[in-house]
Amino acid sequence: MSAVQTPQDHRALRFLTAGSVDDGKSTLIGRLLYDSRAILADQLDTLEKRAAGAPIDLSLLTDGLEAEREQGITIDVAYRYFATRSRKFIIADAPGHEQYTRNMVTAAAGSDAAVVLVDITKLDTASASPEQPVKLLAQTRRHALLAQLLRVPSIVFAINKLDAVSDPAQAYRAVRAALLAFADEAGIEVAGVIPVSALRGDNVTQPLDVDWYDGPSLLQLLESLPTAQERKVGDLLIPVQYVARDGDGTGDQPRVLWGRIAHGSVKAGDAVQVFPSAQRATVVEVRIAGSRVDAAEAGQSAGLLLDRQLDVSRGDWIATPGTMNEVQRFSATLAWLDTEPAVIGRKYWVRHGNRWVQARITAIESRLDIHTLAATDAHELAVNDIGHVVVETQQPLPIEAYETNRVGGSLIVVDPTSNRTSGALLVKAAA
Amino acid sequence: MNAPVRVEQLLPQLDHTHLDWLEEEAIFILRETVAAFERPALLFSGGKDSCVVLRLAEKAFKTKDAHGNYQGRLPFPLLHVDTGHNFPEVIEFRDRRVAAMGERLVVAHLEDSIRRGTVRLSHPLESRNGHQTVALLEAIEEHRFDVLMGGARRDEEKARAKERIFSHRDSFGQWQPKEQRPELWTLFNTRIKPGEHLRAFPISNWTELDVWLYIARENIPLPELYYAHEREVIRRKGLLVPVTDVTPVQPGESIETAQVRFRTVGDMTCTCPVESPASTAAEIVAETLQVTVSERGATRMDDRTSDASMERRKKEGYF
Repeated sequence: MSAVQTPQDHRALRFLTAGSVDDGKSTLIGRLLYDSRAILADQLDTLEKRAAGAPIDLSLLTDGLEAEREQGITIDVAYRYFATRSRKFIIADAPGHEQYTRNMVTAAAGSDAAVVLVDITKLDTASASPEQPVKLLAQTRRHALLAQLLRVPSIVFAINKLDAVSDPAQAYRAVRAALLAFADEAGIEVAGVIPVSALRGDNVTQPLDVDWYDGPSLLQLLESLPTAQERKVGDLLIPVQYVARDGDGTGDQPRVLWGRIAHGSVKAGDAVQVFPSAQRATVVEVRIAGSRVDAAEAGQSAGLLLDRQLDVSRGDWIATPGTMNEVQRFSATLAWLDTEPAVIGRKYWVRHGNRWVQARITAIESRLDIHTLAATDAHELAVNDIGHVVVETQQPLPIEAYETNRVGGSLIVVDPTSNRTSGALLVKAAA
Repeated sequence: MNAPVRVEQLLPQLDHTHLDWLEEEAIFILRETVAAFERPALLFSGGKDSCVVLRLAEKAFKTKDAHGNYQGRLPFPLLHVDTGHNFPEVIEFRDRRVAAMGERLVVAHLEDSIRRGTVRLSHPLESRNGHQTVALLEAIEEHRFDVLMGGARRDEEKARAKERIFSHRDSFGQWQPKEQRPELWTLFNTRIKPGEHLRAFPISNWTELDVWLYIARENIPLPELYYAHEREVIRRKGLLVPVTDVTPVQPGESIETAQVRFRTVGDMTCTCPVESPASTAAEIVAETLQVTVSERGATRMDDRTSDASMERRKKEGYF
């Protein structure tokens, strides 16, 4: 790479699939892999052996761990790969049961899109009317809300098992109306509500030929969705990941400050400021991988050489001068992932950008009730709970709101005793 | 049985822009590893995936000169577990490559573990693939490595599909699939206790095809046995078993010479080639687009034992 590239969106689309044990999620993924030829003969052979003459069970393709096969459930996020004529896809397959919400959060954090599976056979669609809409399952709301909370850019509902209802047209319309009403209430922007039969393959890769639906197939929709991109214009922000000395690592050679650009772009001649030292310098050279480039932009890991030797180390930030705020207390949404509940006042490690600092939850203000969407009074958060908290850090950090800047607004909480990743913090505002 | 194959369906795979994105992610993970740990090492066997990771490491830590060569030294040693049953041409390639790059190579010999008695073979020609774990963990202890970078990919196998990018190993070197740390954004949890270590997998999100596309694009040198060559083989249980000192002919079998290439290269006792005329990386890309059997299914005897064989080995501390 000799110059900065601004490619079209050829990046693979990362999407997560959320659904419950019996929603047919594994079958849907199996169907996507099968129809796009990502399943190979020997893998199919294994399935055929197990089916012993019966139709093969596509769901078995995705259950990777022994315990999962024993229990017939998925317990961990699995990553799958397939490609179509126009795009590559990475599926983060998140188990749906309540006790594995942490996996759903894990899958959602890096995703460009979420496909929330709705099992139409579990809903009472026959008695639905405009006055009495279909009552959605709690997990559907939870999955969609989690995806929204983590700002997954596109949220898609796939209404599955259309093959198993007597009047698919009526059932689809009723569930679609309920989903859109819920989304509207929750402020979720819906990228699509797609009827499918994962079992038969209807409308997964091949469009439906019916008079009551003329939208895209699930795959057609996925092919058209954008990938999450940080903004490339405006002020610069880089968390310093790695400081390298040029050449063989000896002597008084210039240091290269490496980090993935969170937003903005950088070129030689730009003035920058370092956090926390507040020192200023001018960029004299920009590198990508082992080569000098004219400029680099958000999403790329850039190496900067400055016009003077500054005290910069991993964990520091480089930004357009005057754009970073010092924050030591902030309000945030906390998704708690650890079986040991969150403890107010206890010292945890948090990671923000590339810096580890000690931090305390000073207050738990509320817990999000996934059934009513309301924040209810709460003073503790247990595993799989999501709540609003106030956090205080031992050192000031250049914290931003998650809504506007994913890199500056996200932190993980790590238990100092077990080293488990206990929580995910999404910053709302300085407090 | 599969949906019909049309090459044009896979055109985006031939578009290199997604390789830039995979490369960026891999380099990011390599720098993260070196920055966050004190004693990293890079697993290097001479196999194609580790050759790809090695090139990515050059890009992450070296400077490209006017002739396109990478200058400087990697900030970590390379580590290879030598089973004593490796293909000689791969060992020769490994040593030549390491010497040319001027890097430091640590070799953990399985033979040493056998001598120490920490590995007991049930018979002399037993596959040594699973036993590599012991020698690997002994090397980690001896050199006090706190993180190992490796070329494992999630598309290889079902248990691998669940592996994190930074994957925790306890003080016995064991992987606990149910205790995996949630991995959010790129905020990797790199905290460990003394005696524990992490494995870092920079090419987790690459597929076999991506690897070959990258090898073709970057002109990455590989051992010759990855490309079509004549070799003496035996047809056994649907696999082509190479005839070597450790995989001799059984009574009733006949040797034939076939044009083959290896898709994976591991211990000689469990790695088989496939029939192929592909003699360049580009030809392998074309072939991979048409392939109907998975990489491990076609070439690994050890993964065929049961649905869960990889998971069991990983729990014990395997790569």
